[in-house]
Amino acid sequence: MGYGRLLKIDPVVVEWNYNIEYRHSYAEDSPFFMALGRGRLLGSKCKSCGFKYGTYRKYCMYCGSETDDIELPLHGKVHSFTTCYYSGETFRGDVPYTLVLVEFPGVDSLFMSRLFINSGEKPEIGMDIVAQFKKFQTFTVNDVYFVPA
Amino acid sequence: MADNQRKVYMIAGGVTPFKKINFNDDFRLNVKHSLDYALKDSGMKTEDIDGSVSAYFSDHLQGQLIAGAMSNDFIGLAGKPSKRIEGGGATGGLAFQTAYEEIASGTMDTCLAYGFENMSHVGTWRGNDIIALGSDASFDYPLGGFYTAYYALMATRHMYEFGTTEKQMAMVSVKNHGNAMHNPYAQAPMDITVEDVLKSPVVSSPIKMLDICLMSDGAACAILASEEVAKSVSGKPVLIKSIGSSSDTMRLADRPFGKVPLLPNENDSMYRDLKYPGVHSFRAGRLAARMAYRKAGITSPEKEIDFAELYDAYTSAEIQAYEDMGFCPYGQGGKFVEDGRSMLDGDIPVNMEGGLQASGHAIGATGIMQAVYAFWQLQETVHKHLGSNRLQVKNPQRGLIHSHAGTGAYEAVTIMEAV
Ligand SMILES: [Zn+2]
Repeated sequence: MGYGRLLKIDPVVVEWNYNIEYRHSYAEDSPFFMALGRGRLLGSKCKSCGFKYGTYRKYCMYCGSETDDIELPLHGKVHSFTTCYYSGETFRGDVPYTLVLVEFPGVDSLFMSRLFINSGEKPEIGMDIVAQFKKFQTFTVNDVYFVPA
Repeated sequence: MADNQRKVYMIAGGVTPFKKINFNDDFRLNVKHSLDYALKDSGMKTEDIDGSVSAYFSDHLQGQLIAGAMSNDFIGLAGKPSKRIEGGGATGGLAFQTAYEEIASGTMDTCLAYGFENMSHVGTWRGNDIIALGSDASFDYPLGGFYTAYYALMATRHMYEFGTTEKQMAMVSVKNHGNAMHNPYAQAPMDITVEDVLKSPVVSSPIKMLDICLMSDGAACAILASEEVAKSVSGKPVLIKSIGSSSDTMRLADRPFGKVPLLPNENDSMYRDLKYPGVHSFRAGRLAARMAYRKAGITSPEKEIDFAELYDAYTSAEIQAYEDMGFCPYGQGGKFVEDGRSMLDGDIPVNMEGGLQASGHAIGATGIMQAVYAFWQLQETVHKHLGSNRLQVKNPQRGLIHSHAGTGAYEAVTIMEAV
């Protein structure tokens, strides 16, 4: 920041690059991201009230108790979907791509992921899908994705 | 608690035109333009204002931290109490409520709420990225998550649950862009058809380009006051009858599947099989409305609300809001617009000045912009401020304003009444 390239005058507008190295810690959510590298999808079960979360969280949002890690079933169903033809700048090279909310049998809440589907096929609510894992870990939530079962 | 609160009035408001790019006026000057308008309209002076609440959403968009303090010194409020409120798209709505609390609690007699945003500092794709940081940065954003996609996931499910159609969504766009034709402050007035909306490029299915709000540069302000001050100014004050707000999980994936929090005009049998809110509805909007209605003594919102400014960041969201606010039962929002009930001549006109779709969305300013338009409606001074009476609701007694953060992570609902 600070060194500008002149874009226009009257008014004077300068453009600079706003770029930072940023350290994002997954902190207490780290076990989830580590497990993806071993082909395991973790959710959480509350030690106290038993609520089963489809998205990993270390503490229960209903009763505040600590949760246990649980292994989520790899098979689920599409709860909702959207295909994106535009995106944020970071994912511009990825469009079009499909996002889904996944429901798992016996689990009380959902999980958001990408669905890879053959062109010509259309995602639908209730579609059976199955988790796949990236061979080379990126250490992001993209290390798991879904395909039609 | 409601009993020992002081009554709160809105006594003046101002907005700047919302523009796609405004490099000529920075955020401070935009705030000043809106304030000068409000002061002139009410005959007040800067020294009459006890303090302020500033509203802007993103430090990344602004490129300037503590921008509220910079605005304060620019407009002559340095040396007076001030705080900044941030709550995503509900930033302006929540700041307006904070100013209400300053008066209701007796902390101030006159409080300025102002909001601004300069979204043109970055391109649209980068702007999508920055706004997407307002979603879970570990689990949602890295998927290529961005707000149109999140609202699209909700819209897909709303269509599945209730049979809402893309055509009904398009009707919201036609209505709001058409209304904006009579609003000189609006960014994108357009005379369009349902077919135009349906043919516009798909951004994130089922949401298309003309289903989406704008990114804007602009500002808005509202001056709130105690009863005593309200009586002393020129112009007709408007009573802020009640405020309500609520929150929900940041991640859509964490939303529960429970029971509908009922409004007084609803009963359990209406929603026996509906798992709520899931991702089809905005629980925080419903809870905020319920709180505001309870405090205002409203039992039949569909009869007692004369008009509304709803958060139409996406056309689907306006349809969902009809239901969350109880203007119609869950599942009938699509029919609500199809039947013309939210049109200018409908029984609850919604977003008469064009909403976020067409008037614009300068995030921090938006909730306050809604308050200003509602204020002019209840004063019946639309002709004076917008140059014609085309958007004036006839003899309005009560209006509702509503805004969201995230996919309803915070929501604010405020009820305003003519006096
Ligand atoms: Zn629990």
